[in-house]
Amino acid sequence: MSALHIKKGSTSHSAYNLRPTFSDVQERHTIAVLVENEPGVLARVIGLFSGRGYNIESLTVAEVDHTGHLSRITIVTTGTPQVIEQIKAQLGRIVSVRDVHDLTVEGPSVERELAILKVVGEGDKRVEALRLADIFRANVVDSTLNSFIFEITGAPDKIDAFADLMRPLGLAEIARTGVAALLRGD
Amino acid sequence: MTSEMTGAKMVVQALKDQGVDTVFGYPGGAVLPIYDEIFLQNDIRHILVRHEQGAVHAAEGYARSTGKPGVVLVTSGPGATNAVTGLTDALMDSIPIVVLTGQVPTFMIGSDAFQEADTVGITRPCTKHNWLVKDTDKLAATIHEAFHVATSGRPGPVLIDIPKDVQFATGTYSRPNPSSSHYQPVLKGDLEEITELVAAMETAKKPVFYTGGGVINSGQAASQLLRELVDATGFPITSTLMGLGAYPASGKNWLGMLGMHGLYEANMAMHDCDLLINIGARFDDRITGRIDAFSPHSKKAHIDIDPSSINKVIQIDIPIVGDVAHVLEDILKVWKSRGRKTDAEAVKQWHAQIDGWRKVNCLAYTGSEKTIKPQYALQRLEALTKDRDRYVCTEVGQHQMWAAQFLGFEDPHRWMTSGGLGTMGYGFPASIGVQMAHPDALVINVAGEASWLMNMQEMGTAAQYRLPVKQFILNNERLGMVRQWQELLHGERYSHSWSEALPDFVKLAEAFGAKGIMCSDPADLDDAIMEMIEYDGPVLFDCVVEKHENCFPMIPSGKAHNEMLLGEAETQGVIQAGGAVLV
Repeated sequence: MSALHIKKGSTSHSAYNLRPTFSDVQERHTIAVLVENEPGVLARVIGLFSGRGYNIESLTVAEVDHTGHLSRITIVTTGTPQVIEQIKAQLGRIVSVRDVHDLTVEGPSVERELAILKVVGEGDKRVEALRLADIFRANVVDSTLNSFIFEITGAPDKIDAFADLMRPLGLAEIARTGVAALLRGD
Repeated sequence: MTSEMTGAKMVVQALKDQGVDTVFGYPGGAVLPIYDEIFLQNDIRHILVRHEQGAVHAAEGYARSTGKPGVVLVTSGPGATNAVTGLTDALMDSIPIVVLTGQVPTFMIGSDAFQEADTVGITRPCTKHNWLVKDTDKLAATIHEAFHVATSGRPGPVLIDIPKDVQFATGTYSRPNPSSSHYQPVLKGDLEEITELVAAMETAKKPVFYTGGGVINSGQAASQLLRELVDATGFPITSTLMGLGAYPASGKNWLGMLGMHGLYEANMAMHDCDLLINIGARFDDRITGRIDAFSPHSKKAHIDIDPSSINKVIQIDIPIVGDVAHVLEDILKVWKSRGRKTDAEAVKQWHAQIDGWRKVNCLAYTGSEKTIKPQYALQRLEALTKDRDRYVCTEVGQHQMWAAQFLGFEDPHRWMTSGGLGTMGYGFPASIGVQMAHPDALVINVAGEASWLMNMQEMGTAAQYRLPVKQFILNNERLGMVRQWQELLHGERYSHSWSEALPDFVKLAEAFGAKGIMCSDPADLDDAIMEMIEYDGPVLFDCVVEKHENCFPMIPSGKAHNEMLLGEAETQGVIQAGGAVLV
């Protein structure tokens, strides 16, 4: 997927093996950023993206190491190879950022997102929604006589596909967590 | 000494432990406890500025002329917001500054209290890092960490926001311990890449060093190593505005400054070289001109401590992340161990080609016996001051470019100018900071009258502390650079680029108890400059110059290095629509 040749395990601290970076191809990368869990750290990361005009497709953040006060931010972004490299380098120079990993380059990685969807309908549509949910392994977490709330976990495109199917069946609301991702293997 | 103390006392103790001798500041409600502690001691000198922007620029001048971090103390709300321009300036030019701001007490934060502002929010994008300290026990460690962050890696401004109740409360003081910080930038460059660069240097036929502020920031050793490397290899060297003085202007390999108003020979060498060695510069748009026509035939190496500088603008063949001094030391070691090779014959021819460009004499201008040409004023200033212990600041505009062209710098830390942000009003307060650090030196601020007026309130500071700063104002009654662009780009429609209500600068100086000198006749200029130099006190020198002089050479926006304008001829319509949107 990437035109870059980055050594496995390399981070933004390394500017080596970045070539060729000046291509026009738009790439989608999932970047994991380990940050010190202190006030304002998310604003620093988001401010970097807005201030320098980078894209954020999704962003998730939560504390992952309570004793070490570390949070993990998973960002899905798009850009040319040069912009992706800049994003990683710029993230790396934020003082509260401990480590930056480009899972797309260092991969393969596992990406998962959770979504809950409210589908409102009666009769056949309601039955069809339930049937499709079963096929997609979505769980019913709430039900009234004319609505369901489904919970679905998977790669973002699986959630997209499920949401597309639910739309004509009465999709009323959707909430998504954004992507969480980890590298495969050890 | 007990380690239990109030937050306010901790601030002063931490500054002492960091070796701070001077603080630039302005008091207000939210920092009164700290000012109380400053009152009770004599180790740290506090300089009362007249505006918080002036405090930050003064601290920048102090920092740039000493290599030590500059320290600022201001109050909450407007005190902090007034510091924002200075912080941004320091961020763009990588100047180590530590700003301490007062904040409303923690229990009032978020209540729109009097003089409350979200200081860490406002300053987050214009600092290298910032902190809001809510616990007195963490205050000392935070201040020490702030100094570590400001001065390590690529230097920059940091800010610590200290609520008033944290200043009053008692906590445990901790001593500096920089090794405990998680922030530890890499200093040594990758030896493989360094060896690749040395190999390229050995065979290069048209090499050029392109140096920047990173050499100065790296410290005196970096400048020494640079001189050794340049003199040993015989490669020509040019520098950005920020890097002037790292290699001496009198050095035989010196090409002069490059860039938009750089020297013809420097820009042509950049365009034609086959090996470009960037040391601590960042391919700023003032340097590169049109990106796709920038140095088209060269292999490019880039030494920078900030990985994000590499491949940001220009694609690099040999990237070396590290501190300039460390990397230069390794380059010299590797180059020497491989037998000190260069293609001397080719480099000699390269110098001959450069000498051809030098003969163009790109700084030539039409002299006058009636009016003082600004270039002439700077030539005379240079002639009469270059042998002195001299520091030069500038404001921003034409005068700044002329100063960079016509003044020669033999050593680092002697030249203070706002490069990245281009802050009018920088030079005067910066000169105050420089003079504080070097009380016996000759400190000159080369200014334009418009820039100078932006922070003229600092006359009060200069007068109060009897700082003999020399304000050398090239007065053309115009915003000269704006006027030049309007002439070249906007059909000579001089929209709001002059002031019809300039003060009498001599009377203005006298009103502050300083000396005013006005000179408008080229024949009187030398005497007037000597009078300025010899006067023991602040001087406001109103040098009335030619009003419509343009600054050349010039690479118009959107043009390449080899498309420079050398003089007044054929300037109309040179910047096309594509270039006009650039700044």
